[in-house]
Amino acid sequence: MCLGVPGKITEIYSLNNLRMCKVDFGGVIREVCLEALPEAKIGEYTIVHAGFALNILSEEEAQETLKALNELAEYADTPSHFDNEIDE
Amino acid sequence: MRYLDEYRDRDLAHRMINQIKKIATRPWAIMEICGGQTHSFMRYGLDELLPSQIDLVHGPGCPVCVTPLELIDKALTIALQPKVIFTSFGDMLRVPGSQDDLFSIRAKGGKVRVVYSPLDAVKIAKENPDHQVVFFAIGFETTAPVNATSVIQAKALNLKNYSILVSQVCVPPAMHAILSSPANRVQAFLAAGHVCSVMGYWQYHPIAEKYHVPIVVTGFEPVDLLNGVRMAVEQLEKNQAMVQNAYPRVVSEQGNKPAQKIIDQVFMPVDRNWRGIGTIPLSGLGLRPEYSEFDAELRFNVSHIQTKESEVCIAGDILQGIKKPSNCPAFGTACTPEHPLGAPMVSSEGTCSAFYRFRRG
Repeated sequence: MCLGVPGKITEIYSLNNLRMCKVDFGGVIREVCLEALPEAKIGEYTIVHAGFALNILSEEEAQETLKALNELAEYADTPSHFDNEIDE
Repeated sequence: MRYLDEYRDRDLAHRMINQIKKIATRPWAIMEICGGQTHSFMRYGLDELLPSQIDLVHGPGCPVCVTPLELIDKALTIALQPKVIFTSFGDMLRVPGSQDDLFSIRAKGGKVRVVYSPLDAVKIAKENPDHQVVFFAIGFETTAPVNATSVIQAKALNLKNYSILVSQVCVPPAMHAILSSPANRVQAFLAAGHVCSVMGYWQYHPIAEKYHVPIVVTGFEPVDLLNGVRMAVEQLEKNQAMVQNAYPRVVSEQGNKPAQKIIDQVFMPVDRNWRGIGTIPLSGLGLRPEYSEFDAELRFNVSHIQTKESEVCIAGDILQGIKKPSNCPAFGTACTPEHPLGAPMVSSEGTCSAFYRFRRG
């Protein structure tokens, strides 16, 4: 129930006084309630639970995390100071 | 897909595992709260790739699993009544009550329907004015905003035939309960990313401080999970106990304020009984008095129903991370996903079903 994959908002409209949107999950389109995201815009990515959009994904944070992890992983591949001492 | 593929990168995941192997010098028990994360760990085989010092303890974050048996019996009682359409997320249909499950009620002619969202249930109520439509409102903080919205919507549409059977629970009180148990062996938590996307993680600072446990807000993809483990191990090795956010693309410290406002409009904190664990004070949500007309327990007068748990099933110890499914004599024999004795074997987020499906234990 708490799993949820990001989908792209393709359309925003009002239905029975509820703010609704269409979300594209890699080709599958679903109707989703957008009541909790008054500032969401078309083209943004959101995580959806039980037909309800919970948040907008931050592109900037997404890139930053990946960059930091890749740098970290590179560091992990290089022998550490400790390993060098053993090798010597 | 964007925001997915890059966090499922095999090469990056392997390098993260190497990094964890490098920093872990001692055995550590780390609990992932959320059942969705338990399944992700096993689906990708990450639990078997991690160094053996890292013991993943699987938490109570499976809403189907912690919904008490008596609430399932209440659901079955309501679903059996004439002129009732009982709606639920699919997972709940196979959870055994003390006699039946919702599937067998449907087989007996009960009108039980699976919906994707409670807003679909409101739609069914609108289209069936001669029926009472009930939605089984279970879940953690992730389903609370949509369940609340369904009630607000039913009120706005002046629907007199919509109500919800509420079993809404919250994560932080469960963490308190786990950490204060004498049997506790959890040394660090991976906090459930999507719960935090709604509620933020400001509530976790006092927990980290009081029990001296690292808490890392963690996502659901392999790289996210490994990054959560890495940050937790790093803190444990340094004897730190901070709240860190390993899922900043989705989670902020304050969470989603409009969603919190929606929850707060309809629900208030109440004591909740957790299946296998018992009653935890103020650990869940109930309808506020001004929305009590939407309370299915009152509408159908089922508040008095009480039920005893199966004596064979060790779900309570599983949900608190005290035992693993392989410690249960019924696991994989008397209890399978086809014939479950307890909820952790039923739900797609349950620990026992994850162990069974991915052949662990």
